Amino acid sequence: MQKIKRRDFLKGAAGSVALLSVGVQSQSAEASTAAERGSEHVGILYDSTLCVGCNACMSACKEANDMPPDPTGGSITLDNADDLSENTLNVIKMFVDGNGETKDSAVDGYAFIKRQCLHCVDPGCASACPVSALYKDEHTGIVKYNKNACIGCRYCQVACPYLIPKFEWNDWYPQIVKCQLCDHLIEKGGVSACCSACPTGAALFGKVDDLLKESARRLTMEPGVEYAFPVSSIDAGTVQTHKASEYVPHVYGEHELGGTQVMYMSGVPFDKFGLPDVPKHSYAAIANGIQGTLYKSMVLPAIVFSGLAYFINKHKKMEEAEHDTTNSNEDGGKS
Amino acid sequence: MNQKDFESVQEKLGGVSRRDFMKICSALAATMALSEVAVPKIANAITDPSRPPVIWLHGSECTGCTMSLLKTEHPSLEELILNVISLEFHETVSAGAGHQALEALEHAMEEYAGKYVLVIEGAIPLKDEGVYCRVGGKNFVDEVHHVAEKAAAVIATGSCAAWGGVAAMEPNPTGCVGVKDVVKDKPVVNIPGCPPNPYNLLSTVVHYLTFGRLPSLDSENRPKFAYGRLIHEHCERRPHFDNGRFARAFGDEGHRQGYCLYYLGCKGPVTYANCSTLNFGDAGSGCWPVGIGHPCFGCAEAGVGFNIPQFEVSPVLHKTPGAAHAPIDKEQERGGKASGAEIALMAGLGGAAIGAGAVFSKKLGGKESDHAKNKEA
Amino acid sequence: MSEAKPLGGRIFTPTVFVCLLFIGVAGFVLVKRFIYGLGPVSNMSDGYPWGIWIAYDVVVGSAFACGGYVMALMVYVLNKGQYHPLVRPALLASAFGYTLAGVSVFFDIGRYAHAYNLYLPWQMNVHSVMFEVAMCIGTYIFVLWLEFTPAFLERWKQKGLNKLLNKVIFLLIALGVLLPTMHQSSLGSMMILAGYKLDPLWQTPLLPLLFLGTALFMGFAMVIFEGTISSRVYNLGDETSMFAKVSRILYWVIAVWMIVRLHNVFVNGHLGDAFSGSFLGNMFLLENLFLVVGMTIIGSSKFRSSARMLFIAAVLILCAGALYRFNVYLIAFKPGAGFSYFPSWGEQMVTYALIATEIAAYTFFVKYFPVFEVHEPVESNS
Repeated sequence: MQKIKRRDFLKGAAGSVALLSVGVQSQSAEASTAAERGSEHVGILYDSTLCVGCNACMSACKEANDMPPDPTGGSITLDNADDLSENTLNVIKMFVDGNGETKDSAVDGYAFIKRQCLHCVDPGCASACPVSALYKDEHTGIVKYNKNACIGCRYCQVACPYLIPKFEWNDWYPQIVKCQLCDHLIEKGGVSACCSACPTGAALFGKVDDLLKESARRLTMEPGVEYAFPVSSIDAGTVQTHKASEYVPHVYGEHELGGTQVMYMSGVPFDKFGLPDVPKHSYAAIANGIQGTLYKSMVLPAIVFSGLAYFINKHKKMEEAEHDTTNSNEDGGKS
Repeated sequence: MNQKDFESVQEKLGGVSRRDFMKICSALAATMALSEVAVPKIANAITDPSRPPVIWLHGSECTGCTMSLLKTEHPSLEELILNVISLEFHETVSAGAGHQALEALEHAMEEYAGKYVLVIEGAIPLKDEGVYCRVGGKNFVDEVHHVAEKAAAVIATGSCAAWGGVAAMEPNPTGCVGVKDVVKDKPVVNIPGCPPNPYNLLSTVVHYLTFGRLPSLDSENRPKFAYGRLIHEHCERRPHFDNGRFARAFGDEGHRQGYCLYYLGCKGPVTYANCSTLNFGDAGSGCWPVGIGHPCFGCAEAGVGFNIPQFEVSPVLHKTPGAAHAPIDKEQERGGKASGAEIALMAGLGGAAIGAGAVFSKKLGGKESDHAKNKEA
Repeated sequence: MSEAKPLGGRIFTPTVFVCLLFIGVAGFVLVKRFIYGLGPVSNMSDGYPWGIWIAYDVVVGSAFACGGYVMALMVYVLNKGQYHPLVRPALLASAFGYTLAGVSVFFDIGRYAHAYNLYLPWQMNVHSVMFEVAMCIGTYIFVLWLEFTPAFLERWKQKGLNKLLNKVIFLLIALGVLLPTMHQSSLGSMMILAGYKLDPLWQTPLLPLLFLGTALFMGFAMVIFEGTISSRVYNLGDETSMFAKVSRILYWVIAVWMIVRLHNVFVNGHLGDAFSGSFLGNMFLLENLFLVVGMTIIGSSKFRSSARMLFIAAVLILCAGALYRFNVYLIAFKPGAGFSYFPSWGEQMVTYALIATEIAAYTFFVKYFPVFEVHEPVESNS
């Protein structure tokens, strides 16, 4: 019986340590792999304090994307989507506290939130998708879906921190459904349907850089004083005058999980809207860090494979040799 | 239109003031959703002495469409309508009668061959070669073929002419059909309704007079300006619908409060027409079926009016968001609750597996002692 | 060293009939699933996009099927030739486990006809953990059957082919060790993307290492579990002494794993959560309780020589590994927003049917093909 060689044992031990250290290293490696915003990337700045809850964006979204009604929530007569679903890409939700009388107040108040795909800078869904069916458009940064590639594995749903991708559970050959920022309208020089429908400029379309500047401007506004707010699209030139509200000093999506292209401003804390409190580095970057270190150009697997093949071949030959000798005196029996 | 031009037509118009005349033109423009720019064009068109005339035929019908047209006030019939649309032939309002009237028709057809607008009111019976409707000794279907041949445009006014209407109701003993099933070589504009809003007809005719072409039509050949949206979309009771306030019976509390009539069988959600915005009879706001507390009958929609029972609740086309808002978190419907059977199934099989394992390991124990003995032996 | 031989005997035993019954019911569920979609037969939702078809059939099932992996690792890489008799049965169980995991994926994915996209170079997303897992498992199923091919060739007496295969089989075995190392760890990496949805007691960048560890100790435990059952059911003779030796290695694998796991939870500052009395905290404790008891049993030389105690330890360790993987994929996965999940009866039936298929097919194979090395009759005759 061959004993394991000291050398071989050490090799094996070294391998395990490598794997262990990869796990640790990746935590520091994530920053280097994180994606960044492009200057041409487009997005939406949703200002909850400007939203009047008219639902015009929901209606416009359905029309622009040719989506069926979603008569959930007990109403048989209305398209009363109470959450995002395979039929609804965009939904206005309402936070209510206490008597719900004061707008944009966390106590005894109410506030609206527009839920849709946030179009992450480093999207978990696209990182998860094995066949690039979900992918980030290089020019606009829009996270798009290609049903001709999708295999329906639903890893994107597991990976999305905002629970955005929806699956057609009741279809025999289903698709993933998510907001694609009306890319078909943007291609023709238009803006997302929800933004063009928004009467108050609560949903504002524009380049992400411009939107970030706009959000910074709004954070400096003095509550109660009138300011001009752009409507529909930030470069459309149309403005409305509103009294500025008191903002929570945070733009949700500026840094969340590496940043998003759809960003939120609000008068009430974002956790009231059920938005998760997430770290600055994307989960995708952590996973990519580990996978990238382990499988970079498949060098490590190739080395391990050749090592394995070498030892197996050697041991198998030894075993066969041994087999031949034992065969000759098999009658001796075994104990 | 300047004062001088106007003076030349004022005489013809029978002493109407310029101000009133322009108001009429504006009203017509508004019905068609045309801009102010179109108003002078309309004014010119309807005062143009060479404007195409209108020939009006009656088929299987009740003359309700004509009656509603006669009741228009802007413009009122006696002062204006004959001049506005240059009605060359109309059996109901014709001064002559019998052969004299029919001669006038033949004369008008010859004089304006290829130029006149043919308006047909009423369905066309086809059964037994169309003998169930005869005018002047001729089957109506032949009359329609004859007059339509030289028409520039054909307008079917009323649901009967559009798709058969009440005349084609089951079991349809006379085999009535709409004009579009008889006149197939020309575009037929449908102005359905029972009766149709006269301004929809008037506006269509005036559109043709003004621009020389028909207004844009939908897939059912209805003018989009009038039939582009559901009655439901602009209904004055819509907020009640959105907020779930309904009348459940005639005369109940909800009905008296003026709540939505959806559950009384209102067909507004499936009927394309502008009743909810234009109203009827120039009698002021609220003057239309839903406005007076009666659910829409769907008279203007093929397959709805005269087909679906009045009190049957209809589906809702073009669902739009309600006034209510989604809550931030909701109990999700799917997979929300595990049924007892599902838990029992898993527990049962899990228990069986544990039991089998226990029995097996017990047996192992017995065997082990055997082996121990064997080894000792 | 004795040669492996077919066991022979009746194929349609009562056990096989029960298995066929399960398969029949599952067939009905699957017909419904392919006509009406996943919704009507399952309790999966947009919050719980993966149910037991992934969590059990693929994630836990493939760990159960790691016997072939660990035995190949032991015998060929670490050169522990004395375990050779365990290789072929373990390989067979692995081949079935992985094949059925692969098949069940096609019940689960919505757009199965588009699966070819995984092989289109311009569609591949090499950064996707799922891509790597899909590729590795797909290839590994193939490799497993190739590794098992000598059994077919022996049965059909294809000596020439067998010799040819024998010359290159070391490459297949090497792949058979490399691929599970890659994808079993990646099954762990997969849930890193779930981020905050996975409870902090389980969410860690060390998931890949911990998953690889569970694959190893579950593989060892499975060899003992399967071997014990087979040796009794088919009267193959006593292999307790060999399992005892295997269990000594298993002991150290578990020890290292537990140190890494507990250290990781401690360093991340979540050890307190484990004792908070919460449901998930208790699940964490249960996982580790199974492991500690299993470890204690195989750590004692007295218990190690008892087939019963070894069997119990193997079951406990398998439960621990399975529970850990279930926790990561389902139980400690909390998407929030009001979502909850418990497998529907249809989902359960399909999973049970997969296990039943495995048992029935294994029964057939060991009777028809040379899988087991039969010991001298004196031992099996008691």
